[in-house]
Amino acid sequence: MQHTEASEQQNTDHANTTKLNMRKLLMWVFLGSDCLFFGAFIATYMLYRNSSLVGPYPQEILSIPVTSASTFILLTSSLAMVLALTAFQRGNTSAARFWLFSTAFLGCTFLGFQVFEFYTFVEEGLTPQTNLFGATFFTLTGFHGFHVMLGVIWLFSLLGVSMTRGIPAEKSLDVELAGLYWHFVDIVWIVIFTVVYLLSSLPSASSH
Amino acid sequence: MSTSENVDSHHDSGHPTAKQYVLIGIILTLITMLEVAVFYVEALRSVFAVIFLGLSAVKFAIVAFYYMHLKFDHTLFSAFFFVGLFLAGSIVMALMAILGAF
Repeated sequence: MQHTEASEQQNTDHANTTKLNMRKLLMWVFLGSDCLFFGAFIATYMLYRNSSLVGPYPQEILSIPVTSASTFILLTSSLAMVLALTAFQRGNTSAARFWLFSTAFLGCTFLGFQVFEFYTFVEEGLTPQTNLFGATFFTLTGFHGFHVMLGVIWLFSLLGVSMTRGIPAEKSLDVELAGLYWHFVDIVWIVIFTVVYLLSSLPSASSH
Repeated sequence: MSTSENVDSHHDSGHPTAKQYVLIGIILTLITMLEVAVFYVEALRSVFAVIFLGLSAVKFAIVAFYYMHLKFDHTLFSAFFFVGLFLAGSIVMALMAILGAF
């Protein structure tokens, strides 16, 4: 009951003729536009991944076991995020903070995996300047990593606000918006994992 | 019009429980494990693309509809997102067609 009142208060703050919460609508518009951003990078990667004149080539360097682990971590962070939101909406502050911290921590772990992967690739001779695969791979995964980094900063900021001023149930929309962004980063990775890693790692995917 | 009629007021309108969210997380993990397992099955190599894209689409939909609550929220939110997604897919297909990737 308290839950519903909190939601109503939240909506009262942004009442309008559409009866939709404008902050949430704006977030969805942003996510829709971000699809175009990543769509362009994914298209570029798919076009040029097999056009490199020199190696390393995708199937020589991509590591499915390592990337599977980082994918599992990002999927788990999405679960932690939705549990954090549920806890905030129910007014369970301690659980909400735990899950919010867990989400941010898992996000940092994912970034650690990405840094490790980039470092390994550079060690093995693949940089953005090496070939077309390197240029498109680092651009796509780098921008995704940048999105994850922004999400981690957002989550830690929310955690800081929760620790200092508190985030009551009627302000849970602040957490929900961060959650939408975080889940979006997750679904983009779902696509990247399939297109960049699983499909590109096959020997038959190479035409060099 | 009362505020309770605001259409994105949703938190008690059939959203999954914490246990259901955990179950969804387990399903997502199992699908990812299945993808990785399939990757190492040589006999399925000819249909890898179909399997991977299909499983990826299932994961995508589960996260979007359940974790992002599109299943429970106003359809306008879904519309804005899926229009963007459709345009992105069109860009991918158009660029690949124009530049001869097919």
